[in-house]
Amino acid sequence: MDIAPYLLLATLEGLVQASVLMLTALGLSLVFGVMRVVNVAHGEFFMVGALIAWACGVYIPGPPAVGFVIGLVVAPLFVGGLAWFADWAVLKRINYNPEGTIVSTIGMLYIIQQFALLTFGPDARAVDAPFYYTIRTPWFGYSSYKLFIIVIALALVAGLWFMLRRSKVGLLMRATQFDKETAQNFGIPVDKVYSAVFAIGAMLAAIGGVLVVPNQQAHYLMGTDPLLLSFVVVIVGGLGSIPGTIAAAVLIGLSDGLLSVFFSPTLAKIVSTLLVAIVLVFKPQGLFSGKGARA
Amino acid sequence: MSLHSTEISSVKAAKAAEAEKGKDRFMIIHNGRLFALSLATLSVLFVLQFALSDYLVLALTRILIMSIFAMGYNMLMGYTGLLSLGHAMFFGFGLYAAGLSSYYFGTSLPVSFVIAIATSLVFSFIIGLLALRTEGVSFMIVTLMFAQAAYLATLYFSKITGGDQGLTLPTDARSFSLLGANFDMTSDVVRFNLAFGIFAVVLIFFFFVTQGPLGRLFTAVRENEPRTQMLGFDTYRVRLAAFTLSGTVCGLAGALYALMFGYIGSAFAGFHYSIEALLFTLVGGPGTLLGPLLGTGIMTMLIDRLSGITTAYLIIIGIILIVVNMWFPKGILGTIRERWVPWLK
Amino acid sequence: MAEVTLLETRGLARHFDGLKAVDGVDFTLNVGEIRAIIGPNGAGKSTFVSLLSGRIPPSAGQVFFDGKDVTNLPAFKRVRLGIAYTFQITNIYPSLTVLENIEIAVQNRLKPSLFGGASEAQIQSEAALAAQAVGLGDRIGDTAGNLAYGHQRLLEVAMGLGLEPKLLILDEPTQGLSDAEIKNFIEVVKRVNEAATVLIIEHNMDVVLALADRITVLERGRLLAEGTPDEIVENVAVQAAYLGEPA
Repeated sequence: MDIAPYLLLATLEGLVQASVLMLTALGLSLVFGVMRVVNVAHGEFFMVGALIAWACGVYIPGPPAVGFVIGLVVAPLFVGGLAWFADWAVLKRINYNPEGTIVSTIGMLYIIQQFALLTFGPDARAVDAPFYYTIRTPWFGYSSYKLFIIVIALALVAGLWFMLRRSKVGLLMRATQFDKETAQNFGIPVDKVYSAVFAIGAMLAAIGGVLVVPNQQAHYLMGTDPLLLSFVVVIVGGLGSIPGTIAAAVLIGLSDGLLSVFFSPTLAKIVSTLLVAIVLVFKPQGLFSGKGARA
Repeated sequence: MSLHSTEISSVKAAKAAEAEKGKDRFMIIHNGRLFALSLATLSVLFVLQFALSDYLVLALTRILIMSIFAMGYNMLMGYTGLLSLGHAMFFGFGLYAAGLSSYYFGTSLPVSFVIAIATSLVFSFIIGLLALRTEGVSFMIVTLMFAQAAYLATLYFSKITGGDQGLTLPTDARSFSLLGANFDMTSDVVRFNLAFGIFAVVLIFFFFVTQGPLGRLFTAVRENEPRTQMLGFDTYRVRLAAFTLSGTVCGLAGALYALMFGYIGSAFAGFHYSIEALLFTLVGGPGTLLGPLLGTGIMTMLIDRLSGITTAYLIIIGIILIVVNMWFPKGILGTIRERWVPWLK
Repeated sequence: MAEVTLLETRGLARHFDGLKAVDGVDFTLNVGEIRAIIGPNGAGKSTFVSLLSGRIPPSAGQVFFDGKDVTNLPAFKRVRLGIAYTFQITNIYPSLTVLENIEIAVQNRLKPSLFGGASEAQIQSEAALAAQAVGLGDRIGDTAGNLAYGHQRLLEVAMGLGLEPKLLILDEPTQGLSDAEIKNFIEVVKRVNEAATVLIIEHNMDVVLALADRITVLERGRLLAEGTPDEIVENVAVQAAYLGEPA
C-alpha cells in the first residue's frame, strides 16, 4: 500500500484545521497578552459563530455563497457585541482579577452554551459549502472550499498583524500590554482598549466558527474542542506571542490531523491535554508565571 | 504603647501562668463554639431522616456525599487558597477505584472503599507534586488539563470503564456484612445512615485539621506565602499536604458514591463535577468548616427543582457562578463570619 | 566575654544583570552584639541581608552561621537554624489577628513538625508573651491589617521574637515611625538583644548611635568601614561617602 496519498490528505486536513485553530487561538492569545486574563468561554464564541453561520445559510434565500458571506459579516459582529457586553457587565466589575475572570468566564460558558441549546435545540446542523469546485490530485479530489479556509485565515492573520504593528489602535494595545499603569498615566483609555481587545478576540473565534461550519456540523457543545486546542496552541506557543501562536497552531493542527488519521481522536486529545499540563509544569517561566498571575 | 519591663526570672513564671490561662481560653472560646455548632448540625442532620419524605432522605444522602466532595475541595481552595479546576479527577478516581475493584475483582464493599482511599492518596500526592510547581492561573489550567486527560482516559478505555454508558455493579456487590451486621446498599435507610456516619467522621476530622496547627499553616500559606517561608516553613510541603488531603477526601466521596448507588460512569469525572465542587464551596463559604455542606444543600435542591422545569438549568449555575464571584466571593458563611461571627471558620 | 562568631560571610556577592549589588563582602558578626549596617541608598544593604536570610541566592561566596555553611540552604531552613528576618516593607498576615500572626512564628519553634511538639495552648501563650514583649499585649485580638503602621512594625518584630532566633535581622525597622514610636522601638530592640544577636539596617543615625555596638558601612556593594560608633563617626572615608551630607 502506498502511504503518500494518506500523508498528503492528512497534511491538507491538518493545514485546514491549523488555519481555523490559528484564528481561534490568536483570539485567546490576544486577550491573554493584552489583558492578562484567560477566557474559558472562548470556545462558546466559536460555537455561536458557527450557529449564526448555519442560520444565515438556512434562512437567507439564494445561493449558499450569499448566506455564507452574510454569516461571515454578521457572526463576528454579533459575537463581538456579546463579548463587549460580557466585558462591561462582568469582567470590568471584578477588575479583571485573573482567578475571578476564569470563574466568571466558566459561568459565561454555561450561559452561552445553554442559550444556544434553548434557541437551536440539541441537533447538529449542517450547512452547504458556499462553492463546490473540487481540486483533483493524482489520488483523490479535494474540496476547494477547504483551501479557501486556509487563504482567508492567512489574510485575516496578516490583517491582524498589520493592525497590531502599524495602526494607532495596535499601538494603544501594545502600550497597554507592556505596562498598564504607565499606559493609563499617558492618557491611554485602558478600559476601552480592554473592551476592544476582548471583543476582537471573540470575533476571531466567531470567524473560525463560521469557516468551519461547512466542514463540520454546528452544535451547541462544539465549543469544547476549539477551546482545548486553543489552550494547547497558546500555551505551547508562548502566551501572548503572536508568531509563537501561529507556529504552534500549524504544528498542533498538523500533528492533530496526522494523529487523528492514524490514532483515535480521543487519544490525540489525551496527548495534547497532557502536553499543555507538562509544558506549564516544567516550563513555568512560560508567560503564565509572570507578575500578577497569582491573585 | 508602654513597655512592661519584666525581669528574666519572672518570665518563666509568667509563661507558665499564661499557658494555663491560654489553655482555658483555647478550649472554651477559640474552638468550642464551632465544635458545638458542628455537633448540633450533625444532630439535626441525623434527626431529619425521621421528618423527611423518602424522596428527600435520598436527596439528603446524595447531599451528604457531595458535601464530603465539596469539603475536600474546600480544604485546598478555601483554607489554602489554591483554586483547582480539576477536582472531578479525584472524585472520579475514587469512584473508579472502588467501582472497578468491586466489579472486576469482587472485593467486598469495605475493602473496595479502603482500596479507593489508599489509591486516591497516592494519586493525589503524585498529581500534587507536579501541579504545585505552578501557581495562580497556571495552577488552574494545569489542574483543568490533568482532569480533562483523566476524563478522556475513562472514555478511551471504555472497554474496561464502560465509558459514557458506565457500569452497574452486580447485585452481590450491593451489600456487605461487617462485624456481624448486614448492610444492604439498596435500602434507603441503610444508605442514609452510612453516608451520615462517614460524613460525621470527615467533618470532625476536618474540624481538628482546620482548627489545629496544620490548618494554621494552610491559612498562613493562603494569606501570605512568602512570609510563611520566612517564618521557617517549607510552603511547598504545606501545599502538598493540603492537596493530598483534599484529593484523598474527594476520592473518598467518589468511592462512597460508587458503592452506595452501584453505578460508575465517565460523567462523574467530567468538567461539570469539578465546577460543582467549586460552586458548592463558593456559595457556602470558602474556608469555613460548614460552608460546603450549606452550599451543597442549597445548590443541590435548587438544581433539583430547576431541572424539573427546564433542561437548560445550567444557565442558572452559570449566573450564580458569576454573581457569587462578583458580589459574594466569601459565600454565605464567609460573609456571616466577616460581619458577625468571627469564629465561624 | 570572649567573642564568639555567630555569622560570617566570605566573598559574598550578588549581581543583577551586570549590576554588582553586593560585591565580595567579608563580614563577621559576633554573638550577642547589636550591629548596624549603614550606607548610602543603593549601597546593597537590603540585598546583603537578603543573602544572609536566603531570600535570594548569592552569585558567589559563602555564608556561615553558627559554624555551619548555610550558603546552599533555602530560606526556611535558615530560619529553623535561628536566622529571623523582618521585612523592610511591612509583611504580615493582614486578615488574621495579631495573636494568630505570632502563633505561626511560634509554631515553627515549638512544633517544627506536624507530629509531636507543643500543644496549641502552649503555642498560644508563647505568642501572647511575644506580643506583650513588644507592647502589643492588649491588642492580640485585633485584626492585623487594621493596626496603625507603627503597631504593624512592632508586630513584625513580635513575629521575629516568636521564633526566638539566635540572630534577628531588622531591615529599616523605624522607617515611617513617629519619634515616640522610635523611642519605644529602641527599648524593644535592647530587650530583644538580651537573648539574641541583632543585625539592623538603619538610616536614622540617632537610632544607630543609640543601639549599635559596632557599625558596618557598605558602599556600592563593598565593605567600606567597620568599627565602634565613635570610630565610624570619625572615619574620613565614611564622612565622604555617607555622612558628608548632614544625616
